[in-house]
Amino acid sequence: MSTIASQSWFMTARLLRGTVREPLFLIIGLVQPAIWLLIFGQLFYRVTDLQGFGDGRPYLDYLTPGVVVMMALTRGAWSGGNVLEELDHGVLDRFLVSPVSRAALIAGHLCQQAITIMAQAVLVLGLALAMGARFAGGPVGALVLLLAAILMVLAVGSLSMSFALVIRRSQSLTAVIQFVLLPLVFLSSAFMDQSLAAGWIRTIARFNPIDWAVLAGRSALAEHPDWQLIGTRLLWLAVLAALCALVAVRSFRSYQRSL
Amino acid sequence: MAHAVTAPPGTGGGERAAALAVRGLAKTYPGGRRALAGVDFEVAAGEVFALLGPNGAGKSTTMRILTTLSRPDAGTATIGGVDVVREPQKARRLIGYVAQRSGVDASGTGRENLTLQGRLHGLSGRTLAARVDALLETVGLTEIADRGTREYSGGTRRKLDIAMGLVHEPRVLFLDEPTTGLDPEVRAEIWEHITGLAGAGALTILLTTHYLEEADRLAGRVAILDRGTIVAQGTPAELKGDLRGDAIHVEVLDPAAAEPARRVLAGLARVREVTVDGVTVRALVEDAAGAVPLVLAALTERGVTASSVAVARPSLDDVYLHYAGRSAKEERA
Repeated sequence: MSTIASQSWFMTARLLRGTVREPLFLIIGLVQPAIWLLIFGQLFYRVTDLQGFGDGRPYLDYLTPGVVVMMALTRGAWSGGNVLEELDHGVLDRFLVSPVSRAALIAGHLCQQAITIMAQAVLVLGLALAMGARFAGGPVGALVLLLAAILMVLAVGSLSMSFALVIRRSQSLTAVIQFVLLPLVFLSSAFMDQSLAAGWIRTIARFNPIDWAVLAGRSALAEHPDWQLIGTRLLWLAVLAALCALVAVRSFRSYQRSL
Repeated sequence: MAHAVTAPPGTGGGERAAALAVRGLAKTYPGGRRALAGVDFEVAAGEVFALLGPNGAGKSTTMRILTTLSRPDAGTATIGGVDVVREPQKARRLIGYVAQRSGVDASGTGRENLTLQGRLHGLSGRTLAARVDALLETVGLTEIADRGTREYSGGTRRKLDIAMGLVHEPRVLFLDEPTTGLDPEVRAEIWEHITGLAGAGALTILLTTHYLEEADRLAGRVAILDRGTIVAQGTPAELKGDLRGDAIHVEVLDPAAAEPARRVLAGLARVREVTVDGVTVRALVEDAAGAVPLVLAALTERGVTASSVAVARPSLDDVYLHYAGRSAKEERA
């Protein structure tokens, strides 16, 4: 195993150990998606009656991929908070003084995020099934949705960590998340079919990575997945995630310069 | 700015190879605050060197540059001949760092923290396990090694910190305020560990501290840093000797009487560097024994009641006061 890979694994294992020892955060992370499913699912279930909404599936089926992607988005967005905590406790400095690769420090966090979001997504899908959702796409469709959620968490997690390293204030991180997250979700097809939205929203959604992830996941879970749509959206997400990870590794330099 | 640097003492410094050489180190933070304005010093292999100075003098900045966490604007620093700016990865293998902010991962046990640190330095298998066991034994943590570090006391965590800085057998160990915030007993214990490490010979130690007693006890040489430059360096004995004369400490009962007492002392011939620190007025005099009656008489004449007058050889605190212009105790308050 190359050095970076093994170092990344040590970091991932360290973080996962913490997650397993204190599973409370994982559970709290599931409360929000459960509420979205329960409340939105009930509140808007008649929306499918609208002319031109979706492909005739019940609203719960339509909603579930959106909720999974939103959970990934939230989880990724707060990952900067973990970095800030490490920074405050001197844990990050301790690592930076060792010959560990900077990429491995970021990769450890990203792997931990990816693994925990997988577990959470499986639980949310299980809950949706229990509530009566049906996914014709089956396990393959579920895997595509998981992949989309992972790419989402990698991209947003990297940006959040970069922000944490450069700005280094948890209040600012909170403010940005609260300001950006929800509007971006509503500027996608997570809850509402874009063909029924205003033109300008449709235009924005086309460039919104949240929409890419939701479209790919939803199509994969349908009876007749559109593999061209799924393939292109996943590819765009992968490119975005790679770029964001690069930014995160680079932001260590800014951190070092400011010390 | 003039480089008010005293040359390192002729003996000792030149004969052994420098484990650490710092030349003209300067750093200004984004925003314009100048932290270092040309710092030079050398530490010989196996030596314990202490950096003293008030808050904001540049101690931590120096530490951060030497441990590759920060980069200087100018100057060089080498560790065992390796330039910390040009070859940081190589330098990181040679150094251990115990920062002010602990650096212990709270979600892991003591053993896990120590093992991870070893792995990051490329150790593995039995070598690593054996070294971890040995270090836990050395710092007296064997019994609680498998407990979560959240349960550790401040002193215990500090011992783990020191062990973590040593797991890869570094050549130079950096200790940034190693005993700040610890109980006196724990402090004494940590001092013992540091003395033990230094006594073993191979390890070079650079420490920063607010406690002059700490520097006096542990360090072979000290440098006093003020406003980003080194204003004095040498062995504690040399620095105290440079002050000439003795220290006289006058204590008054009422803090309000300290200022009048200071004025009385300042008015006397042969009395220098009069400063107030709470209820204590300190000064340097040529012949302390002869000066005591004069001081007492002058105080009585002005109606200032002293509760005690003591004469001592100058302490490192007096040296610090002389160069940095304020007492280290005052600085901590």
